[in-house]
Parts: sequence; C-alpha cells; structure tokens
Amino acid sequence: MSRVNRATATQSLSVSFTVGLYGTAFGAASISAGFSILQTCLLSLLTFSGASQFAVVGVMGAGGSAISGIATASLLGIRNGLYGLRMAPILQVRGLKRIVAAQVTIDESTGVSIGQEDLGVDAMKQGFWLTGFGVYIFWNFFTLLGALGAQTMGNPSAWGLDAAVPAAFLGLVWPRLLGRFERTLAASAVVLAITLSPVISAGLPIIATALLAVAFGWKARA
Amino acid sequence: MNELWIGVLGASAIAFLLKFTGHSIPEKYLTNPRMLRINTLIPIALLSALVGVQTITEKGKWVIDQRLAGVAVALITLSLKAPYFVVVISAAVTSAVLYRL
Repeated sequence: MSRVNRATATQSLSVSFTVGLYGTAFGAASISAGFSILQTCLLSLLTFSGASQFAVVGVMGAGGSAISGIATASLLGIRNGLYGLRMAPILQVRGLKRIVAAQVTIDESTGVSIGQEDLGVDAMKQGFWLTGFGVYIFWNFFTLLGALGAQTMGNPSAWGLDAAVPAAFLGLVWPRLLGRFERTLAASAVVLAITLSPVISAGLPIIATALLAVAFGWKARA
Repeated sequence: MNELWIGVLGASAIAFLLKFTGHSIPEKYLTNPRMLRINTLIPIALLSALVGVQTITEKGKWVIDQRLAGVAVALITLSLKAPYFVVVISAAVTSAVLYRL
C-alpha cells in the first residue's frame, strides 16, 4: 500500500473516534437489557454492526425470543452485504484478508472509502481499512466502558437508560429520514409496531414493519 | 446454552455471513433497483419501530412514562442538529429526573 494520504487518514480517524463513542451507549443498553459484560463485548467484537447489536439487545431485552432478535439484527445487516458487493472490486483481497475485510465492512468504512473516490483507488482502500480498524478498536473499547459503567449504576431507569436506548435508535434513523416518503414510512412503522405490541409476542411487531419497507419500496418512485 | 447466548452467537454468525457473502459474489447480482430501494428502506422501518416500541410499551403493554418525555427531548435536540451524544444524554437526563421526582 502506498503512503497514507493525510486527508484520508484524518477523516478516517475522526469518523472512527466519533462513531466509536456510541459504543458506550450500546454497552450500557446491553447491560440494562440483561446481557452480561462478556456477552455485551462479544456482540461488539463479533456482530460488529451498531444497529444490529442494538436490535438484538432491544428486542431480547423487551422479552423477545432469540429468533426474533436474530431476525431483526439480520434484516438490519443485509446492507453490510451490499457494501461488501461494492467494496470487493476496490479492495481485491482473498483468503484471510477477505475475511478481515468482511468483518469490518460497515456503514462507516464503506462511507469513508466511497468518499475518497476523487483521490483514487489507493485512497479508497486506505479509507476503508483505516476506518474499519479504527471503528473496530474504538467501538469495542467504548462498549466495555459503557458496560462497566452501567453495571455499577444499578437500576437503569434511575439513570435514564430506559429513554437513552430509544433515543439512540432515533439518532440512528434520523439521518435516513431525507424526505416526506421516508418520514411517512417511519411514522407508519411506529404506529404498526405499537399497535401490534399487545397482540403478538415481543420482537415480531418490529419484524412485521420490514414488510412495510417492502411495500413502500415495491412501487417505483421518480 | 440460554436464550441470550443464542441471540449473541446467532446474530454474530449471520452478521458475518451477510458481510462475507457480499464480498464473495459477483457484483452483477443484487443490483435490481427495486431490491436496492427496499434495502435502504428496511433500516428506516425497523429502527423507527424500535423507537416506538421501546418508548411506549413495556412487556407487551402500552405504558406512558418518563421515557416518552426523554424521547421527546431527543426529537427536539435532533431537530436542532445537536450531536448524537447530546441527543442521547439529554434524553437520559430528562427521563432520570422525571423518574426520581
């Protein structure tokens, strides 16, 4: 790999640190949902995809089954597969390197890499690897910190963790609500999930809203 | 193995498989515009649903409590373009204060 471009390195590092900080919120949410410190850290080390991790602890913490938690997390993880599809021709890696590349293929590593397009393919590779490893390191460090913090705090409600978790989800979805179409989908999903909650078992109301996404996406838009 | 462990390991295994599959199949697949559109909409629906369910339900019942106030504050701080941490912490503080009153 050629010399690291300064602009790429700076951007990778700042994205890594900022995103990594959210790991604190995940660590705390996971503990308050009843997961152990080891389980919390393994989710960050192995699943390594923020929204999917929040979904597992959110769904299962609310009493959902493992299947519901896994299904919700996996629906949220499909996009990482599409990022992989986009990154593979740029990275051109095989064997062990491809396994490592796959593990760090997330919103941020793909986003920073694509952002370097004007600087050439080397900068795109550097952006991917630096951001992928950077987020991995900070995300896991702050997950542990958040988990340890939450465990010493005790009752999650007394510290507002019960509201911090939905607020964290809201912060994740907010940047995606670009127009009226997306906002209508979001509002419909909230209404559907809340309506279904007393009727079907925990976790399923969340998964049901994926069908709304399919319905909204099916009809073509100009 | 208990339910939580199944959740942790199952979610991790599938998360990796999805990532690895993307790196391993030729790009010409999965470029159907309808699939791509649905794929960008799925996180919006799921994350919004999670916000709703975690804010006003508890164990399958509708419950209005301090969480709703916290999330309302999050909504306000987001619309003021506050950074993510300010959003989460202001929601937590609001909820905690109301809970302790």
